[in-house]
Amino acid sequence: MEKHDNYNEHSHGYGIYILVWLALMALTAVTVAVAGMNIGRFTVATALVIAAVKAYLVLTIFMHLRSEKKTFSVFVFVALLFLGISFVLLFSDYSFY
Amino acid sequence: MSSIDQTTTAHVHRDDVGSRMGMWLFLFTELILFGGMFLIYSVYRFQFPDAFHLAAKELNIVLGTFNTAVLLTSSMTMALSIVAIQRDQKTLSMVLQLITILLAIFFLVNKYFEWSVKFHHGIYPGSEELLSKDSGEILFFGLYYVMTGLHGVHVIVGIFLIAIMTRMTRKDIITKDSYVRLENAGLYWHLVDIIWIFLFPLFYLIT
Repeated sequence: MEKHDNYNEHSHGYGIYILVWLALMALTAVTVAVAGMNIGRFTVATALVIAAVKAYLVLTIFMHLRSEKKTFSVFVFVALLFLGISFVLLFSDYSFY
Repeated sequence: MSSIDQTTTAHVHRDDVGSRMGMWLFLFTELILFGGMFLIYSVYRFQFPDAFHLAAKELNIVLGTFNTAVLLTSSMTMALSIVAIQRDQKTLSMVLQLITILLAIFFLVNKYFEWSVKFHHGIYPGSEELLSKDSGEILFFGLYYVMTGLHGVHVIVGIFLIAIMTRMTRKDIITKDSYVRLENAGLYWHLVDIIWIFLFPLFYLIT
């Protein structure tokens, strides 16, 4: 029954999830507002940075990566790293067309 | 002999951490599935920036923003349902799961109306109206239908998955002491949410 130990680190209160939800809603409002403004080539970058922050919040809090064993975070990091490498290699080719 | 029988019946084989790790490994395959599509999107957007901007004007930002809010809220209710089951609040957990399902259905209903309007305007894969447009715009709408369509399929799967979890909670298969299934369904649902977090600005907010 020692398996039950890992539950304790999992139980946050309700509060943190509501807080993260508010942050996600606020970030959605910001990204829509920024898209309305005309800031040229920074539009895409801003949208992606905000989306990345939102994804980070979902991964760490909603998906419990923060309280999960470290191995999980390493796995996710490596998976994202390889996706990142795909993008870098792809655009190292396409950017010079 | 009898002592072995006793230990095998008394010891319940369970590895919740391993179970969640298995779910994460599956999610990585989803990341590759959608990641590949985002790669295609990025290349074509790089090649046809103006056409993409023009085509994105056809999309309804208000509806897209509204659907984003719906999906983010459903993600929160899903996370809260796990807290509820951890605190042995079975009914509350089931209610939160049902709210998640209702929000997911609401998301799909909005999507249905959004697509209907577009179909009505003659913009659907292979339509004359669409094929008469610039090749960049055709690519934009092709990607739009495939990516939001595949995401929609994931939402449908999620609805069934969470419905099964609600049934299991009602039958006390998912309890305060054993709720890893609910956690895994939650992980899947949050991934669907993350994909939408990226789809939304890339399709709706590039005008």
